[in-house]
Amino acid sequence: MEFTVALAQIRPKLGCLSDNLAIIEASVTQAIESGADLVIFPELSLTGYFLKDLVPEVALRIDSPEIAKLRVLSRRISIAVGFVEESADYRFFNSAIYLEDGEIRHRHRKVYLPTYGLFDEQRYLACGDRFRAFDTRFGRFGMLVCEDMWHLSASYTLAMDGATTILCLSSSPGRGVASDDGLGSAQAWQRLTSTTAMFLSCRVLFCNRVGYEDGVNFWGGSEIVRPGGDSTVRAKLLEEELITARVDDGELRRERIFAPLLRDENLELTIRELRRIEEERRSAHV
Amino acid sequence: MTGLSINAALVRRILVGFLAEEVHKVGLKRAVLGLSGGIDSALVAYLAAEALGPENVQAIIMPYKQSNPESEAHARLVAEQLGIEHCVIGITPMVDAYFEMFPDADSMRRGNKMARERMTILFDHSAARGALVLGTSNKTELLLGYGTLYGDMASALNPIGDLYKTQIWQLSEEMGVPREVIDKKPSADLWAGQTDEQELGFTYKAVDELLYQMVDLRKSRSELLAAGFEAAFIDKIYAKVQNSHFKRRLPVIAKVSNRTIDRDFRYSRDWGK
Repeated sequence: MEFTVALAQIRPKLGCLSDNLAIIEASVTQAIESGADLVIFPELSLTGYFLKDLVPEVALRIDSPEIAKLRVLSRRISIAVGFVEESADYRFFNSAIYLEDGEIRHRHRKVYLPTYGLFDEQRYLACGDRFRAFDTRFGRFGMLVCEDMWHLSASYTLAMDGATTILCLSSSPGRGVASDDGLGSAQAWQRLTSTTAMFLSCRVLFCNRVGYEDGVNFWGGSEIVRPGGDSTVRAKLLEEELITARVDDGELRRERIFAPLLRDENLELTIRELRRIEEERRSAHV
Repeated sequence: MTGLSINAALVRRILVGFLAEEVHKVGLKRAVLGLSGGIDSALVAYLAAEALGPENVQAIIMPYKQSNPESEAHARLVAEQLGIEHCVIGITPMVDAYFEMFPDADSMRRGNKMARERMTILFDHSAARGALVLGTSNKTELLLGYGTLYGDMASALNPIGDLYKTQIWQLSEEMGVPREVIDKKPSADLWAGQTDEQELGFTYKAVDELLYQMVDLRKSRSELLAAGFEAAFIDKIYAKVQNSHFKRRLPVIAKVSNRTIDRDFRYSRDWGK
């Protein structure tokens, strides 16, 4: 299977659902025109990031008209997009949905909500409770939101569940400007996406937003990373851009023949050891 | 010094983008700032001219009768080199009129009054021209509290508040700030011959290194001692940071309701922008 991916490195407006929906629709059109089969947006692309008390104001039910609009668009191109999801029991999640052929194929609720340094997500949001791979017309995918990716177990679980492509929707703040280096957070993320792709012999499609909120910049640098760990294409730093790249299965196949790491992975042993660790921790707390 | 040296070209990009976006997204295109002749306000003028276009930046030079004439000359040099609109508004009449009532006021009171007088002029021009006031306080002085609350510390946007003084020097080289402005001794220019380093009792280089390790790296007191800093210096600077923290916060509100501003009524400033 060969297909074209578009990464829409957009600049959402903080708390402006209708404006952001318009930005997303325009990018979808642009992606279709550039021949893409799949377009990926950043984390919270429908709302902006530092929402704080705006969370309940911008939250959408999964059956809302805004999401219905995106479902219609997904008849022409597959879409991964981020928003604040309101559940039936009035919890709010930092969610990403994957839409294809007019349907929601998968919903991922961000599991790891950072609440350190400049982050404050768990004050306002509820944690997701699962990592699940899912089938698409391009093969088996896994979807993560920003901080999830920094937990090895998240991408590991998706790969064990059969994902050969990992989508990561991000709103990553730019920081670290030491001499002779690029942007600190950009370098850290590039190491992370590359290493994840290598360890799990999978593709990583990383879409990060741009723009500023209250003086914090979001650095962009969205990229498509090959299963070998090098990046096929990388978007600009700090500027809006839509980039596309052709992706083919041959590469994935060759990588998995070259190094059959996943074939050889001993899942049963891993589970056994993790159980032991969990039991030891529990008995230590008695 | 390794931790303090910056990739100046990258910082320039971030700060120019910051000014352009934060001004434009509130529906404005102009900025106004006070040019003192010093390096901090010169650097902000350079960043603003690049971000907004020189035609959209207005500089106001606000000398007091005791200010060093060289300061005004340097401020003019910066404005002329950038091609930004500038004017001189002396603050002597208003400051002197006030202190006629309080002839015994010390130099600190006088200096604070001058800083706040300048602030009122900048905000008046902000309203008159639809221009945002740009702040020119650097990270060193913000952390030490070496500034006047609601005076030079007041602004709408501050592009350089996360840069230490030594980093201001580096970025100024990158931006092409005039050599004489970069090379001169930093001074609040409240009286003749005053220099910051003399008044503070330490050099920017020394205090920046300590602040960087104390604040950015979060090193403990024992780690700072092991790194070679004097105990008295560590304690003095720590106390300055602690005791000036009120200057970096909004006024304290007595809570009585369920939703108190900034306590449990929390929104980003860029709400809806």
